[in-house]
Amino acid sequence: MKLKKKLLLALVGTAATAMFSGASAQTVRIANQGDALSLDPHSLNESLQLSIDGNAYEPLVDLDKKLNVIPGLATGWKQTSPTVWRFDLRKNVKFHDGTPFTADDVVFTMARIAGEGSDMKSYSNDFKEVRKIDSHTIEIETKTPLAILPQVLTQVMIMSKKWCEDNNATRPVDRRKGIENTASFKTNGTGPYHVRERQPGVRTVFARNPNYWGKVEGNVQQVIFTPIAAPTTRVAALLSGEIDVMEPVPVQDIARVNANSSTRAITGPELRTIFLGMDQKRDELLFSSVKGKNPFKDKRVRQAFYQAIDMEAIKKTVMRDASRPTALMVGPGINGWNAEQDKRLGYDVEAAKKLMADAGYGSGFEVTMNCPNDRYVNDAQICQAVAANLARINVKINLQAETKGTYFPKILRRDTSFYMLGWTPSTYDAHNALNALMRCPDDKTGAGQFNLGSYCNAKLDDLTVKIGAETDKAKRDAMIKEAFQIHSEEIGHLPLHQQSLAWGVNKKIEITQRADNYMPFKWITVKTK
Amino acid sequence: MGAFILRRLLQAVIVMVSVAFIAFLLFQYVGDPVVFLLGQDATPEQIRQLRADLGLDQPFFVQFWHFLVNAAQGEFGLSLRQGAKVSRLLGERFPATFELALVAAVLALMIGIPMGVYAALKRGSFLSQVFMTVSLLGVSLPTFLIGILLILIFSVWLGWLPSFGRGETVNFGWWSSGLFTVDGWLHMILPAITLAIFQLTLIMRLVRAEMLEVLRTDYIKFARARGLSDRAIYFGHALKNTLVPVMTITGLQLGGLIAFAIITETVFQWPGMGLLFIQAVTFADVPVMAAYLCLIALIFVVINLIVDMLYVVVDPRLRVSSAGGH
Repeated sequence: MKLKKKLLLALVGTAATAMFSGASAQTVRIANQGDALSLDPHSLNESLQLSIDGNAYEPLVDLDKKLNVIPGLATGWKQTSPTVWRFDLRKNVKFHDGTPFTADDVVFTMARIAGEGSDMKSYSNDFKEVRKIDSHTIEIETKTPLAILPQVLTQVMIMSKKWCEDNNATRPVDRRKGIENTASFKTNGTGPYHVRERQPGVRTVFARNPNYWGKVEGNVQQVIFTPIAAPTTRVAALLSGEIDVMEPVPVQDIARVNANSSTRAITGPELRTIFLGMDQKRDELLFSSVKGKNPFKDKRVRQAFYQAIDMEAIKKTVMRDASRPTALMVGPGINGWNAEQDKRLGYDVEAAKKLMADAGYGSGFEVTMNCPNDRYVNDAQICQAVAANLARINVKINLQAETKGTYFPKILRRDTSFYMLGWTPSTYDAHNALNALMRCPDDKTGAGQFNLGSYCNAKLDDLTVKIGAETDKAKRDAMIKEAFQIHSEEIGHLPLHQQSLAWGVNKKIEITQRADNYMPFKWITVKTK
Repeated sequence: MGAFILRRLLQAVIVMVSVAFIAFLLFQYVGDPVVFLLGQDATPEQIRQLRADLGLDQPFFVQFWHFLVNAAQGEFGLSLRQGAKVSRLLGERFPATFELALVAAVLALMIGIPMGVYAALKRGSFLSQVFMTVSLLGVSLPTFLIGILLILIFSVWLGWLPSFGRGETVNFGWWSSGLFTVDGWLHMILPAITLAIFQLTLIMRLVRAEMLEVLRTDYIKFARARGLSDRAIYFGHALKNTLVPVMTITGLQLGGLIAFAIITETVFQWPGMGLLFIQAVTFADVPVMAAYLCLIALIFVVINLIVDMLYVVVDPRLRVSSAGGH
């Protein structure tokens, strides 16, 4: 009986707190479909983990709301020779534990990301040496000229040498050998927030760092971060006011979130580009009815596929307007993207049929298409729509949609004739996409590692190498444009769209959505009533 | 009795090893964790290196042998995804699942038995018809749908109850409990009801059927002839005899509750073992999956063993035949 009374009281209590939740104005409750697997900023190169860690730790070079590079812990930088960059470090910055930030911490961090157990090695692969010049100046020498070094450094969070040494955390978490360390559960950065409480997979509480060196635009004092994996529950928690911000909103729920009087959905194009690839190397496709030759080697067939896909319809029906059809392999926000080239060939079934007939496939053929069903927004549905489109030019698609755990190993073995992939250049620069997706595959250098249909063009290959070394921005951009032109003309891949980011927020929250899906807490403001 | 237990324990070990073997065999097809561990910018060299470090390049039987040797020492290795000891991860998650299953079981019994008794005694009455119809819904509606409906009604529309998580917990050593805070109980209500509904309807139907059976027997007629009150007949004689099979089923169902809490935990973001397992599956985190399945097998085996022993204690006939041996 007593319990019952207590429960009743509690019920009334929650109702009351729900009503007066405006009173605790400066706490924001955020839910995401996943959690950072570790708080160590070097243990996993994944955007959610880096986004969360980025509130406690800071890089030398930061990104603003529009993804332009701005000074972070470095106040300025210049190239002293094609391969040497000098960085001036910010003075009077302290880590959360009070130790001052110096050049030693930067040198230590760069060694940490290059060392054993780090998942950030790809960012330091091109470094030859990191030198301390004086207490607040460092130099980075690269093996070859690296024009986009500042962009690369935006993902490298600086840790305190002293703290790591004191806490047995000089190496990132090493899951291979089971070495855990303090950095997995605690943070000590220079950022605007520090972690007050951490229960992995349950909740992580951030509190404002009162001694932060910079200006914090928002007014949030405390952030409670909770992972909620089930999309329906995440939406329900937002609608019921238990959380203030959540992402992602499933596309079919965007209207519902907007219809609710106290919530809204914020959408914008994401940096990731979704595209289809075709095996253009084998003399006979692995999974097709065509024997003795490979139809995808014929540009007319590739173009017919391109023009037979009705992207506007896919946008409307499958993506419920939460996508941006594209003609390029990178989207807006990536250096090298330009509106002029981002124009799709028209959707034209008749033209596509004619191209197929010219190529000798007027009566069509069968081919197997591989698709993930839990990796990208509505991935399997997109493939179904594409299959329906292609049926109009007599191409019969055998669709194989499967979970990412089995999908990626398969297509990475190039065990596919026709596949779907999404790509976000981790350096925010077109070179990364050109190198990974469009260069001729070479196992030794890692070039074209995700060019799973082995599209290959010597001129584009050559350009990509030059782009990597060119430091003059105008020349570089011109070369990127040329490379894109070649790829578009040859229809190396079938670009589909950039899917939309969709965040659900309570209307009392003002928040900045960055195209790379990072959510810095310092830009969140709670409106007081 | 000692020989009986020993024999059952031996069988239990065989069951566990078989489960581990089948589980391991299945894991060959859930995918390659290395793809998730290294991300898009890893070089082919780094991928080869990690595969070798993790022992994933070794043949199936070698991997299985390593697993068995370690498991025998209670060591399930490290979660590939979280980089933490599997035993610690499961230990952290076990209390949440156990408390949820326990509350759901109690709920199912406390509501299911009276409903079953009522439906048997007042057969054909309006309320019993309602019970039977509702129970049909309970048996046939999938758990996730019930969970989502409850969230929609009680969290979104009425705003009475929280929709996710475990709320405030209290720690007793390594055991974190949500049973000692009001907030914890509030968070418990919806998931516990969701998990209990299937068991509840099952128990209700079982009790009703058994009760109808028992009411037809001679000793009930005899009890009536003796002029005993209805109350004494129904609750003193009939219900008591009904409960033997109900207890057996309930014992086994407790194992089922723990094992099948997966869906409820996913819907309510309940930080238990089931949620851990689902996350492990999507990342092909083999050590976590293997350890979880072995643990569930162990729970079933232990409960089965206890139930078997209870049979022997409760039913004298079994004791005689077991002493006689074969």
